[in-house]
Amino acid sequence: MTTFRTTIGLEVHVQLKTKSKMFCACSTDFGASPNTHVCPVCLGYPGSLPVMNREAIRWTVISGLMLGCRINPFSKFDRKNYFYPDMPKNYQITQCDKPLCLGGGVDIQVGGQTKRIGITRIHQEEDVAKNMHYTTWSGIDYNRAGVPLMEIVSEPDMESADEAVAYLQTLRQILVYAEVSDCNMEEGNMRCDVNISLRPEGQTTFGTKVEIKNMNSFKGIYNALQYEIDRQRDVLQSGGKIIQETRRWDVDQGQTFSMRTKEDAHDYRYFPEPDLMPVALPESLVAEWAASLPLLPAQRREKFVREFGLPEYDAQVLAAEKAVGDYFEAAARQSRNPKAVSNWVMTDVLRTLSETGIPIGAFSITPAALAELVDLTDAKVINSNTARDVFAIMMKEGGLAKDIVAARGLAQVSDADAIESVVDQVIAENQKSVEDFRNGKAAAMKFLIGQVMRLSKGKANPQMAGSLLEKKLSN
Amino acid sequence: MLNTLTIHEVLERLNCGECRSEDVVRSVLDAIRRTDGRIHGYLTLDETDALEQARAADLARRNGANGRLLGVPIAVKDVLNVRGQPCTCGSKILKGYVSPYDATAIARLRAEGAVFVGRTNMDEFAMGSSTENSAYGITRNPWDLDCVPGGSSGGSAAAVAADECVAALGSDTGGSVRQPASFCGCVGLKPTYGLISRYGLTAYASSLDQIGPITKDVRDAALLLQVMAGVDASDSTSLPEAVPDYQAALTKDLRGVTIGLPKEYFVGGLDSEVERCVQEAIEVCRQLGAKVVEVSLPHTRVAVDTYYIIAPAEASANLSRFDGVRYGFRAEGATDPLDLYKKTRAKGFGPEVKRRIILGTYVLSSGYYDAFYLRAQKVRTLIRRDFEAAFKHCSVILSPVAPTPAYRIGANSADPLQMYLGDIFTVPVNLAGICGLSVPCGMAAGKLPVGLQVMGPALGEEAILRTGYAFEQATTWHSQRSCIAEQNSGSQVRT
Repeated sequence: MTTFRTTIGLEVHVQLKTKSKMFCACSTDFGASPNTHVCPVCLGYPGSLPVMNREAIRWTVISGLMLGCRINPFSKFDRKNYFYPDMPKNYQITQCDKPLCLGGGVDIQVGGQTKRIGITRIHQEEDVAKNMHYTTWSGIDYNRAGVPLMEIVSEPDMESADEAVAYLQTLRQILVYAEVSDCNMEEGNMRCDVNISLRPEGQTTFGTKVEIKNMNSFKGIYNALQYEIDRQRDVLQSGGKIIQETRRWDVDQGQTFSMRTKEDAHDYRYFPEPDLMPVALPESLVAEWAASLPLLPAQRREKFVREFGLPEYDAQVLAAEKAVGDYFEAAARQSRNPKAVSNWVMTDVLRTLSETGIPIGAFSITPAALAELVDLTDAKVINSNTARDVFAIMMKEGGLAKDIVAARGLAQVSDADAIESVVDQVIAENQKSVEDFRNGKAAAMKFLIGQVMRLSKGKANPQMAGSLLEKKLSN
Repeated sequence: MLNTLTIHEVLERLNCGECRSEDVVRSVLDAIRRTDGRIHGYLTLDETDALEQARAADLARRNGANGRLLGVPIAVKDVLNVRGQPCTCGSKILKGYVSPYDATAIARLRAEGAVFVGRTNMDEFAMGSSTENSAYGITRNPWDLDCVPGGSSGGSAAAVAADECVAALGSDTGGSVRQPASFCGCVGLKPTYGLISRYGLTAYASSLDQIGPITKDVRDAALLLQVMAGVDASDSTSLPEAVPDYQAALTKDLRGVTIGLPKEYFVGGLDSEVERCVQEAIEVCRQLGAKVVEVSLPHTRVAVDTYYIIAPAEASANLSRFDGVRYGFRAEGATDPLDLYKKTRAKGFGPEVKRRIILGTYVLSSGYYDAFYLRAQKVRTLIRRDFEAAFKHCSVILSPVAPTPAYRIGANSADPLQMYLGDIFTVPVNLAGICGLSVPCGMAAGKLPVGLQVMGPALGEEAILRTGYAFEQATTWHSQRSCIAEQNSGSQVRT
């Protein structure tokens, strides 16, 4: 039986998080009542004209720089003509032959292997309105019409659904890192069209491609691609031909369905948008923007390992989200023990955030406060159990670890005399366990140390308590 | 007879308290009532609103306001958005649409106190040269009711020529201000592309459209331009340059001015009466001290062809928004969105608009784009370079505005190509993005006005206004009255 190779390319639409729309001053806020964020421009009223949102241009260029693209020094907008009820002007302002960004790519990890996925181009365009269908009528909400989008077109470099999803996840991580988009798929600010074709092993030319439009979840994309790979393979194996067409993914039925074939394809009649001037981006301006770029997630992982001596795993967890990485980095810089900071962030901090739903930017314990707590533990001023209590108090009541420890007398007792008297008391009151220990039951020692900690209200240095007990019981 | 005055004459009387804005507006409304039934320059009037605006201006004046156009009534071509007024563009497809906003030019005039009296007729979406393409009926030439007033701003030109208003606004994409001004014996100015913001001007061909005044003399054109010109944050194509004082440019002689005469413009096809008037005008300029040189604009011969590719291409996209979904006319009985578009546009657009949409759609289609649209853009560059080269040798270029005077209604309407050829002298100015002025320069066969076109380089408004003004001061053509204006000259001032 013939085996087939899969080829996948993605066109990803990302909504930029500008405050105002691409060509007018209307708000881009999600979830407002229908048709409240509209004006003559985004409704396509007669005589209205677009004016470019410079912030959107800057963010698309920054995205391009983060994705290793060349920035076009001369870029322009074009009109893409087609009639559809979600289009206020029945043409979309987009970029045809002179996009803002060209070339580039990202490294993805699949099955322990690293693979480079090329990016062909990134262009800037405006979003369309949202159609809503009811039983006997339809409505159009133009709040979304004119919201800035960038379209990131990949090379046909992916060969499996896993690679496609890994590419999307990597892309999303980078864009969230660049703080150009929330990439929130539920709110539709990251959407994707996929192109997929199969060819027999050994064939050099690509097979006939099928496009699946408007996917908006990783799971949906994965399932649709798996379905389409199976479908196309079955067609080809049974001697059939794939027709070039656009299909849509039906989540409920778990199948793709044909929407239109190539014969119905639009002639978009692109031509330069006469209402907008071309975009000239001098090298000096691009260099200025490039100088302010954040590190890529991969670069940051590498930096955490190199600079703070973290294990690869820690670096991966901490660098996954930019804000978490920022928090860790700020705390680690102020602490003597970055690895201990890493442990705190990965466990207590992240757990607390996920339990409370607080974003890390609004977390009440500042990186400096955490660093101080870590250093108090590291200097054995408090032990790790006490540190957890102090962390809880800082969470609830605020304040600095040092003050809390002092005010509540939580400092660890490392005074040998003080501990010795407690140890003597424990030995006197727990003869049975002393007996057991002397008879070789090692577990009895743990119990005895526990008793010392209990009597000292947790303040005794447990290592000192252990060695004192051992010394006394071996006599 | 306040309706017969120019803007500066009206302002003089308002300023010295000789009359009120309300009197001027009443006199305009009276004139409209008296004669507009015969020429149909206006599409809509809101008398109550116009009088309210006038009284507000009078009150403001009493309170010390001194806007540059305070209380001056102006007629507006039905293609410009004025808040709260209809803006049909002469099309059925915008029937019922009321504009929610002011065009930038309107807002600037309003800020100086102008009163917007009514909306003037036009060729549908500014597509035409005779105002025979309006969905709401033709407009007649006040000099001869059997003749067209020109177009597409025919309603504005006719209203000015009939003294049914003090001044009017038009729009000029290929001659739509200058040619009707020429046919009706008015002054018409097409400013440099980008000098007046296009925000609020319903787009026909975005890279060619400009708003322009149609007035009774050159001073008024300069005055309106002064108020409307200047960079606008709402129009990315508006020019950032500071606006000069146009009034200061109006001098009575032409010493130091070099006039270029394009040799290609005075050849066959030119009406002999038009040629005589223009030659006489050139002689007047020479006597005023101008030096006359010959220049060459070789690509003018393909200008009309170029224009009728670029303008329809842009129009085909600009007019896509008229689909019956959000505003204006919506056809009944549609079964799905595509059907709604088809029925609405089939019933909403007239034949000339459909012709240009189809033409524009065709020239942008895949496989034809390079041969038509792209090629036309290259020719456009050559046309612009022709002018740049010519203006190295002269400060203004003179030509006829149109090859003929106003023609009889229906004479060209069956032959679009013949109609298009009438644009030969005006379209190069739009394609090159430069400025052009039409001033009355004679009467063909003693009864129909002829216009002289004064072309200037980009931002050369001072030069063309100066030339037009000096010519006007030396001649009487601009003060001749149409037969309809004669009937409106004795109207009583109500007090």
